[in-house]
Amino acid sequence: MNIYNLLKIAYKALVRNKTRAGLTMLGIIIGIASVIAMVSLGQSSSLSINEQISQTGTNMVMVLRSFQVQGGVNIGSGSIQTLVVKDAEAIKERVPHVEFVSPVVQSSGQLVYGANNWPGSIQGGDVPYFTIRKYEVDRGTPYTEEDVRTAAKVCLLGQTVIDNLFPNGEEPLGKTVRFGNIPFKVIGTLVAKGQNAMGQDQDDIILAPYTTVQKRILAITFIHSIIISADDESNVQNVMDNVTTLMRSQHKIREGNQDDFNVRSQQQMLQMMDSITGFLTILLAAIASISLIVGGIGIMNIMYVTVTERTKEIGLRMAIGAKNRDILLQFLTESTILSLIGGIIGILLGLCLSFLASNLLHWPFIISIPAVGGSFFVCAATGIFFGWYPAKKAASLDPINALRYE
Amino acid sequence: MPDIILKIENLQRIFEVGSEKVHALRGISFVVNKGEFVSIMGASGSGKSTLLNILGCLDRPTAGEYYIDGNPISKCSKDELSTLRNRKIGFVFQSYNLLARTSALENVELPLLYNNAISSKERKEKAVYALEQVGLQGRMDHMPNQLSGGQQQRVAIARALINDPVILLADEATGNLDTRTSYEIMTLFQKLNDEGKTIAFVTHEPDIAQLTQRTIALRDGHIISDQNIEQKSAKEALDALPPSDTE
Repeated sequence: MNIYNLLKIAYKALVRNKTRAGLTMLGIIIGIASVIAMVSLGQSSSLSINEQISQTGTNMVMVLRSFQVQGGVNIGSGSIQTLVVKDAEAIKERVPHVEFVSPVVQSSGQLVYGANNWPGSIQGGDVPYFTIRKYEVDRGTPYTEEDVRTAAKVCLLGQTVIDNLFPNGEEPLGKTVRFGNIPFKVIGTLVAKGQNAMGQDQDDIILAPYTTVQKRILAITFIHSIIISADDESNVQNVMDNVTTLMRSQHKIREGNQDDFNVRSQQQMLQMMDSITGFLTILLAAIASISLIVGGIGIMNIMYVTVTERTKEIGLRMAIGAKNRDILLQFLTESTILSLIGGIIGILLGLCLSFLASNLLHWPFIISIPAVGGSFFVCAATGIFFGWYPAKKAASLDPINALRYE
Repeated sequence: MPDIILKIENLQRIFEVGSEKVHALRGISFVVNKGEFVSIMGASGSGKSTLLNILGCLDRPTAGEYYIDGNPISKCSKDELSTLRNRKIGFVFQSYNLLARTSALENVELPLLYNNAISSKERKEKAVYALEQVGLQGRMDHMPNQLSGGQQQRVAIARALINDPVILLADEATGNLDTRTSYEIMTLFQKLNDEGKTIAFVTHEPDIAQLTQRTIALRDGHIISDQNIEQKSAKEALDALPPSDTE
């Protein structure tokens, strides 16, 4: 039998039962749509996380204090006081491919202006802090090297802090806010950055010279961390290795002993987030493909019922000259058409859903070609796989019995 | 010498039901020549359905041989039997067996969909012609549920005619119809027979058998009589019926 006739027969058989065909397709439509939407959304979310991490600088390297074990007791990183400004200076001077370095000292406390107060986190940095962390000054000026040297009581406020301390839209520039007992003059405001990849509000921040935080607020001699920017993303690993070596010698750590610091990069973070979102995407797709399998079983179920219901038709077709193979192909074609049309609708629906969802979440919209191609392939395979058994059953009917079937 | 359409020789068919053997046909022989209008009669269990299945190439004999248009069928594969059914035989069933929600024209076209040698244009022309032959030229686009029983059977006859078969096999083709419509259908069969069609008509109604030219009667798998009879005109029988007030 030629393909045109085959398609015509299968098409007519489906059109005769539009409702049933539609309902059968529904399973496949839902299955494919959810696979497409899940994969596409998973990829969008990972892309959006990547973008956000890149915003804070993919060439950033951080030196953090490590935890320390004393007499078998892990006392965490809080008590480590070995990280000092000299380390930052050494890194700046001796490690190649380092562009900027800034010591970081942070503190948190209640920020007060007039009748308003806000629990704030103050980040103390050097002048390059702005460049490394990609903070831009909206109005006013950043603190200067002079401010750092003199531990000047100046600060810049993030948008969230401004909204809470100056709820009536007052101009914060030039005002004096109190952090604990210490008055700070507001010399600038920061351009809003929004949430970071972890959902933290990056605008809930107060920037001040690290010397101010270190000496005036905390009265300590060590620093909490060092942030470094490499001159290029490709040199990040190189910088990390050299920083590690340098820091070990700075801190006189012997071969075999544990570091009292930790070198991290945004790229590691990126990789970690990638693996998390990748895993989530696969998980979601796996859950969605269960609905695809259920859809496939739906097709098999309906085709199976159809064979019984259409026994007489099959008998007639055989009586007027259809070969067993013709019947087999007819039923396979029917189930394949069902699943392919269902698949196409499902793909479109899935893309619409993920477009809507990514719009709603302000994620980039991605059409995953492998997911679309894969789904299409799976549809065809579903049609053939789940159509095979009913088709085989139809083809193996005895025409005499089929004709007499009531 | 007339052309032989069907020739069966010592035909036997044995069914095995469990451990028992049921002899449905116990060795029957006859020949049907071109242009004959034969009725096959018998009570239920006489073997006439089994015989019809074999004549229709739906079943193969256990022993003996059956030639249709010169082709011996006992050596045929299933696919070859399908092809013979498609090219040589036109079936008309008691319950019409039309595809639901499918127009009369498409129902008639159906056998030719299984014949690759026929183009779709040719298929349509033949279907139109076949429907004209059975007097349904005005109802080609009607669905079966829009047609009366007699009209549905005409569609089925047109479907049987479309592949220009060497024989029409009718299985109780008037069994579901009232007397008047039965005579109308028989009139159509007689017309087709006059035009040269060979027809084998299975029935258990003697007055329908009277409208054929020859009656083969079966009982318990044997032929008990095979005789030419004086054919009555279905048209006259129809005219003789009291006028109907239903139609």
